[in-house]
Amino acid sequence: MGESEVKVIGKWSSPYVMRVKIALRIKSIEHEHFEETLNPKSDLLLKSNPVYAKVPVLIHHGKPISESLIIVEYIDETWSNDNSPSILPSDPYDRALARFWATYIDEKWFPSMKSIITVETEEEREPYYKVLEEVVERVEDAFGKCSKGKPFFGGDSVGFLDIAFGSFLGWLRVTESLYGRKVLVEAKAPSLVKWAERFADDPAVKGLIPDHDKLVEISKPLQIKWRALAAIGKKY
Amino acid sequence: MDGDSVKLIGFWASPPVLRVKWALALKGIEYQYVEEDLSNKSDMLLNYNPVYKKVPVLVHQGKPLAESLLILEYIDETWKQNPLLPHSPYERAHARFWSKFVDDKCVPTVIAAFSKGGEEQQKAAEEARENLKMLEVGLEGKRFFGGDKIGFVDIAIGWLPYWIGIVEEIVGMNLIDADSMPKLNSWFHAFLDIPIIKECMPPHDKLLNHTKAFLQVLTSSSSP
Repeated sequence: MGESEVKVIGKWSSPYVMRVKIALRIKSIEHEHFEETLNPKSDLLLKSNPVYAKVPVLIHHGKPISESLIIVEYIDETWSNDNSPSILPSDPYDRALARFWATYIDEKWFPSMKSIITVETEEEREPYYKVLEEVVERVEDAFGKCSKGKPFFGGDSVGFLDIAFGSFLGWLRVTESLYGRKVLVEAKAPSLVKWAERFADDPAVKGLIPDHDKLVEISKPLQIKWRALAAIGKKY
Repeated sequence: MDGDSVKLIGFWASPPVLRVKWALALKGIEYQYVEEDLSNKSDMLLNYNPVYKKVPVLVHQGKPLAESLLILEYIDETWKQNPLLPHSPYERAHARFWSKFVDDKCVPTVIAAFSKGGEEQQKAAEEARENLKMLEVGLEGKRFFGGDKIGFVDIAIGWLPYWIGIVEEIVGMNLIDADSMPKLNSWFHAFLDIPIIKECMPPHDKLLNHTKAFLQVLTSSSSP
């Protein structure tokens, strides 16, 4: 089978791009990486993702696909044979649950983390911490139901929901270290804490979580940018 | 067969519920419908959807599912007749993309266009029109988003032009017009003409009154 050109337009610091990388690794698909500068946005990005002009974009056989979770599903469906594990569960209800929690996480997690980094005072950060803590509580519970006693949300191996949630671990650590307040704690989420270690160590993931110090370094200019946008009432 | 029982918890004026009704109708699935009073949510709903506390909720074999687009995928994977999603992974990715685009981008800008005032409204309306126009890409060379027959995207987004039409009547603003969005306009009319689609639609006048009240709440709560 022609493992034809697979390209990823991405950014080293993006959790969403990381999702695509993990999925490709699970399927052992080699790919070419274009590091997007985003400022200005490359012609390739604007052409491949005219609607959102965002990373990641997967280009397969010259055809672009965007939106990280949609790309992960595409990868799972395109390279589906006995040689590589499935990313989504096989049972329709389990698949629906995995998608449900992944969408829930997307709605709540990164926007709240961004806000924690952007707002100025501890008081302003508090409600966003509350959101993250609620998410951790719910996802801890979901882990029990989805994993059914196995090491990952997906069962024996890293799956869709592992990828969806785990991709945020790098930025979570940054947020925790910036303000010295931990969100993923043993007392509240014992299963998730252990899962996070397993996830980071898994061959499909190892090396893909961006370097902590580098993320901390770019969090500073990002904070300035987001604060500037917030000040003029724009969505950051 | 009791083990196969399907229950849909919904609200008559809810677009996400309508999506699920259409999917069930297209697949010929029998189900029990339970109308929820959203101003006084039942314990059943809160129990089945503790995260969002919203309709629709589909309960199949005793197991509840929330979020309409996910429910559509579940229905498509569980009952294989009359497939909703296309066959190829690439086209499936695009179907998912457009459905999500409507929810994430079109709907908020349409709501903003109808609920804001003055200059802000003009800007919002422009943005809404731009987003709607983008949908025409998905219709390129096709009668419906699903091709010759309606599919996932059609039932995911087919409610929007109907709702927009209703709000256009109330607010006197035009978002979808035949000249600037010819493909979208013909798609919409063809879609609404399909008997199975028409049958599930909430009645026009009832929806008009309901939407008037809804808009009043929106405009009184949005900042000047």
